[in-house]
Amino acid sequence: MNFFSRSKKTRISSMQKIFSINFHLLIPIILIGIISCFAMYSTDAGVFGYHTKSHIIRLGVFFILFFIVSFVRFSFWHKTSTLSYFLVLILLFGVEFFGVSSSGSQRWINLFFINLQPSELMKIALILFLANYYHKLSPADVNKVRFIVIPISVIMIPVFLVISQPDLGTSILIAATGLIMLWLAGIRAKYYVYSFIIFITALPFVIAFLKPYQKLRILTFLNPDKDPTGAGYQIIQSKIAVGSGGFFGKGYLKGTQSYLDYLPEKHTDFIFTLYAEEFGFLGCIVLLSLFLYLITAITSIGNSSREAFAKLYCYGLATALFVYITVNMSMVLGLLPIVGSPLPIMSYGGSAMLSVMVGLGIVMSCHIHKDENF
Amino acid sequence: MDFGGTGAGTSKIKNITRRLFVINVAKVIVFAGILGRLAQLQMAQGTKYSYLSDKNRFREWKIIPPRGVIEDYFGKKLADNSQVFQLHLIPEDIEDENQLYFRLKTIIGLSDRRIVKIKKKQKQQKPWETVIVSDNLSWSEFSRLNLLLHELPGVKPVVSLARLYPPKESVAHVVGYVSMASKNDLVASKALRSLHVPGMRVGKTGLEKSLNIPLIGEPGYQRFEVNAYGKRVKEIKLDQGTSGKKVRTTLDLDLQNHAQEILKEKSGTICVMDIYTGGIIVMASSPTFDPNKFVHGIDSKSWKALIQNKRKPLMNKAVSALYPPGSTIKPIVALSALENDVVNPKFKIFCTGSIELYGEKYHCWKKKGHGTVNLKEAIKQSCDCYFYEVARRLGVDRLSVTAKNFGLGSKLLENYQEEKYGIVPNTKWKLKHIGRGWVLGETLITGIGQGYFQCTPFQICHMTAQLANGGFKLKPKIIEDGVSIEDFVENWKEQQDNFQEKGYQNIEEFEGTDAALTLFRNQENIKFVQLAMYAATNEPMGTSYRSRIDNKKYRYAGKTGTSQTKKITAKQRELELKQSQLPYEERDHALFTAFAPFDNPRYALAVVIEHGGSGSSGAAPLAKQLIKKLIDKNEKRMQLKKNVDVLI
Repeated sequence: MNFFSRSKKTRISSMQKIFSINFHLLIPIILIGIISCFAMYSTDAGVFGYHTKSHIIRLGVFFILFFIVSFVRFSFWHKTSTLSYFLVLILLFGVEFFGVSSSGSQRWINLFFINLQPSELMKIALILFLANYYHKLSPADVNKVRFIVIPISVIMIPVFLVISQPDLGTSILIAATGLIMLWLAGIRAKYYVYSFIIFITALPFVIAFLKPYQKLRILTFLNPDKDPTGAGYQIIQSKIAVGSGGFFGKGYLKGTQSYLDYLPEKHTDFIFTLYAEEFGFLGCIVLLSLFLYLITAITSIGNSSREAFAKLYCYGLATALFVYITVNMSMVLGLLPIVGSPLPIMSYGGSAMLSVMVGLGIVMSCHIHKDENF
Repeated sequence: MDFGGTGAGTSKIKNITRRLFVINVAKVIVFAGILGRLAQLQMAQGTKYSYLSDKNRFREWKIIPPRGVIEDYFGKKLADNSQVFQLHLIPEDIEDENQLYFRLKTIIGLSDRRIVKIKKKQKQQKPWETVIVSDNLSWSEFSRLNLLLHELPGVKPVVSLARLYPPKESVAHVVGYVSMASKNDLVASKALRSLHVPGMRVGKTGLEKSLNIPLIGEPGYQRFEVNAYGKRVKEIKLDQGTSGKKVRTTLDLDLQNHAQEILKEKSGTICVMDIYTGGIIVMASSPTFDPNKFVHGIDSKSWKALIQNKRKPLMNKAVSALYPPGSTIKPIVALSALENDVVNPKFKIFCTGSIELYGEKYHCWKKKGHGTVNLKEAIKQSCDCYFYEVARRLGVDRLSVTAKNFGLGSKLLENYQEEKYGIVPNTKWKLKHIGRGWVLGETLITGIGQGYFQCTPFQICHMTAQLANGGFKLKPKIIEDGVSIEDFVENWKEQQDNFQEKGYQNIEEFEGTDAALTLFRNQENIKFVQLAMYAATNEPMGTSYRSRIDNKKYRYAGKTGTSQTKKITAKQRELELKQSQLPYEERDHALFTAFAPFDNPRYALAVVIEHGGSGSSGAAPLAKQLIKKLIDKNEKRMQLKKNVDVLI
């Protein structure tokens, strides 16, 4: 019964594409983008400084990229999904050998016009690959061991590459992304339970392999007051900043914790702390609602698409974004140990924003081209 | 290719949707958790974190308030604050360090050693914290520095306040001096700990020490907003604090200078006290030192010189040095004997120059002896034999009661750390401190103020003052509190009334209580002693007759004393060595105590010259030099209205 309509609308014009833009997806992106610019301006202590400028430029460039990605036919992203995974994987290997080091870890690759962090791109590429993989796989085969080996390797290879950079935060997020995709594909819950048990048993050994600073972070998370000026400094100052914001916040550009430099990493991982200090509980609710709105918009685009790839991709991305957001917030609120994880769109950092915007662009493309035949 | 429309595809999509539902439930839970955490931090614990945030960003720097000024009775400054010119460096503003130090070497004569020290200090602190290069520049150095300031980035000329003692040496002991607080100072005083500001000078001796807390005042503070690295971002609040209290003393700088002049080249002390108000007019001690040297830290050479000087320039000999009172105690021995009806003024003995007791010979200072003497003559000529006999009859315990009533053996000033107690010996004291029983021979030598007897010159002055005022207890003071002679007379009259109402009461009953304000049983006895002291100065044969002043206005009564620093051996006695022939350390201390003017007494004084020979030749002439000036100044002092606005 769909056959008729599909054959009728094989191609849609550019004008039609513009008119079929999903505003439920677009509006939260724009609003969060604007908030992020203001927050960045505040991290520069109310000066139109370096971080603000480059954040706005990136946001502009990647917003355009978002539209370009949206207007590309969705079938293109479907077809190239496996390819894009391997491209990013090559880049990740490239980092291993030709990477650029900064503050003790080798995460970036110099592409002359941009210092790219392929591990961020891997978050999207993995979703694409697995969505395609399970799109093709018959539901009956999903839980067969030989069909589990491929997705597990596809997840574990980038995870280990990223851990070795070392970048614990991103690798955990990549692994989480992979697990979400497996879950959506229908891997049995008992496998999760088994692996969880195995993970817990293996944890002591894993900890033994952690770098000293990573161990310290976990210990610090468990008891930040042990060394308040050293290892526990970040989390204590972050909690002070959030808590001192109170209900209404200290007011825009009046976050003393941030402009007096008590806040660590305020441009990147701790941007939410600055926001919470200046805008208070009320502001946090606004921001959380926007994020929730964005995630719901992605999910509903997934709902209205008909093919498994689109659904898997949209649900996967929505859930992954949710995880990134909540991991970042839990971290700065002292609910999780401090591992590097940016807040999508808000945090300063080109690669993370590039991957999120491309990821969202593909969702928009899915919406625009949902009636197109491929 | 698998198409969405197939049967397998439909079940797959159903499956995905089911799985998404589980994820959505998890999302709601996690989201609620985040919201809950935000509410906990920002609402439930918001106040706590606001406090912590303020604690982070505000830091206070205390400001040293100007130290209270100390004045003499007439308003002359004994301790003042003066502007000092300082040079501070802000390391982060320095452009070329080597060049800067080179320039400073030529401009203010900075030594290489000092530069090394400054550089070391600079390394220990943050680059925006100031380093004090010099805290006391001369005006010419300071103006040169200001002239070249534009060529010296990082240099900050600062005008600050520092203690200055305009009289320099003359009141060094009684006023004391200030210096950088030491660790011990801070450990010793809790009040100081709470007031202390780094760089603050605190009183080390004298009044500066005993009045340290009120003189400091209340430190102010500057509250700054600081960033995470401790750098001051902006000033939030400035509180200048309150400057220290001004203190008006009873001292007279002119007389003090004069006394110090008299004591020049000698080692000794002069005290003068108002016999009615108890106000200390002069408290001079020699040799002395310049307290200004301590304000910016004394150099080790000068410090060594002060410490190693055998005449102890740093000691306030008026209250910290102990001497046997010698014959100056005789008026008290006589009074005690009269009060206890042991002797009467007509009691006579025949002095042969020595008496014998249990085979031990006790000598009179006059080898030939005084012949027949009565009590008055004995005081006048200071006959030792007479007082041996009086002491024998009186006993040391009764003597010690009278002596203690007159303030001997106790501290007289409040909270004046240098003051010593001294010793008024009696049988109990010896048993407790020496562990042996009292021997009668010791009673004899105690009766002439030798042996265990130890007094500060200030106590002798105070004793004489109480004899001179008619036998009333006097509380010495150094801070002017407005109590005048009228107040004293008022109080005295009240005492007289009580005295008449209640009749005779034994002084011993009141010992150590405030009620013991009258120090006599029969005031005639006091008057007798006063007259005997008058005779000692103004009648021929009196021990201080040569130092008398005939002018009625200045006439005074006094008692000499010569206290032995060493027991005179029989051999020395045979040789009849003159004091000037003895080595300095073995010469006697010369003492003299007096009150003046005799007709209308107002002041009591005590002079002690260490190793000055006899009291009549070594001390009494010095008192004479001072008394004239003292009485001349009296009118001026009386005219000055009692001014109570500057009390502490």
